[in-house]
Amino acid sequence: MLRIERLVKKYRTGDAALRGVDLEVAKGEVIGLIGPSGAGKSTLIRCVNRLVEPSGGRIFLGDEELTAMSGGALRRARRRIGMIFQEYALVERLTVMENVLSGRLGYVGFWASYFRRFPPEDVERAFATLDRVGLLDHVDKRADALSGGQRQRVGIARALVQSPELLLIDEPTASLDPKTSRQVMRLLLELCQEQGLAAIVNIHDVMLAQMFLPRIVGLRAGEVVYDGPATGLSPDVLTRIYGEEDWSKTGPRDEDEDVHPRPPMPRADEIAAEAP
Amino acid sequence: MSTVAAAGYPRAWRRPPFFRNRTLKWALVTGAVVYLLLALASVEVNWARLSEGWLRAARLFAGFLTPDFVSRWGDIWQGLIESLTMTVTSTVAGILLSVPIALGAARNLAPWWLYGICRGIIALARVFQEIIIAIFFVAMVGFGPFAGFLTLSLSTIGFLAKLLADDIEEADPSQVEAVRATGAGWWQTVDYAIASQVMPRLIGLSAYRFDINFRESAVVGIVGAGGIGATLNTALDRYEFDSAAAILLIIIGIVMLCEYGSGMIRKRIQ
Repeated sequence: MLRIERLVKKYRTGDAALRGVDLEVAKGEVIGLIGPSGAGKSTLIRCVNRLVEPSGGRIFLGDEELTAMSGGALRRARRRIGMIFQEYALVERLTVMENVLSGRLGYVGFWASYFRRFPPEDVERAFATLDRVGLLDHVDKRADALSGGQRQRVGIARALVQSPELLLIDEPTASLDPKTSRQVMRLLLELCQEQGLAAIVNIHDVMLAQMFLPRIVGLRAGEVVYDGPATGLSPDVLTRIYGEEDWSKTGPRDEDEDVHPRPPMPRADEIAAEAP
Repeated sequence: MSTVAAAGYPRAWRRPPFFRNRTLKWALVTGAVVYLLLALASVEVNWARLSEGWLRAARLFAGFLTPDFVSRWGDIWQGLIESLTMTVTSTVAGILLSVPIALGAARNLAPWWLYGICRGIIALARVFQEIIIAIFFVAMVGFGPFAGFLTLSLSTIGFLAKLLADDIEEADPSQVEAVRATGAGWWQTVDYAIASQVMPRLIGLSAYRFDINFRESAVVGIVGAGGIGATLNTALDRYEFDSAAAILLIIIGIVMLCEYGSGMIRKRIQ
């Protein structure tokens, strides 16, 4: 459902952030994108919704070529792609509800959004989504009055009310404590499964990635150096992605402190089979 | 005991000097002092006029003790109404014009050509002090408060559009990015991601500018642009220091009220 072909991004400074990335994500498939800082993870997902302009290559969402779009067509395509950010990127001074409803901006006209008169079904959807992420009591609070975990859930709700087919998730847990990180990852995975969403999750915590994400793509210096199951992340592979390091001390076996062990994640094809 | 300290590290440290060259440093300092002394020596003090002026100042201050609100009340009232009208209309017009110019003058929102045009307008509005602009507008549209209105509107743009544009440029880009990512249009992005971030500053600056505009309305009156300043000028020309004192007291009162009001507004909106 998402196909990236030979994607290249060169910044004006001459740094090549992406050097010909090929990647395919099936409907309902959730993949983890790992790699060292500066490997191009953020650039890659921002090229998908064109917040960053690719320098070369093509990206397809379904049958439509995202890289060929501009103006209204691009905005309509962006509605189908929800994005979740590391520092939440909520509009701090707006209420939780306004932040969630901003996920519908691509669907309503300027004046309706200016007067905050969203269609009843949008409002209903926003309430339902806030209920789903457990924030129904905080609807009228300002976003800056919430805790980190709550903010991230508002960010998730904003992405979900877009009725997206694909989620781009940029370091969802980097600003959160370990417990909240796991809760947020669990919630994201559940939501993707419930709604049959595909997702690309940028994540630098390899343990967390292995725990939640069945398929891992390793990026190094703008190139894909690993694409396979999470179980295949051997010390050799990690060295290929991150460089030389003693990897023997990491891995799922060190996860004893997780008091509520999770059932293994369903495979991507199983999720896809459940999708409507 | 402390083996580390014995390793031969230096025991003194000085901050690197700002001037590498000591001769240059002392040359600059001596030059500045000599210039200051010469400049002071070149100011001609006319002691006779100073003592005369002292007497006039004493009469003016004596007027303060007996301010006369009554005998020129008609003129004072008309001047006040003119000034307040000028202040309100020029502040509103200035804000209405400043907002679109500020949007165009923010590098993170506008294409380069629009940015250039809007920054140019702002620079032009800021080049001259109000009095010079007022003289120009009085020559253009004649004496009276309309010239004052034009002057204050223009300087409001120079002030508000610049500070607002700078604030827009400092807005958190991740919030803008997040709203763009939902498929929002340009105006929707401005409304949700930018307006909410800069609104407190816009309101605060507008209240502050209202306050400035009232003060300036008294000043531009002196060069013929109407308002309470014109009344004050007339009173001084006629040596009616008691009426002039009444006008000054009224100006002081209103300025303090405005200042208090705008301070309150700025505190409330944080």
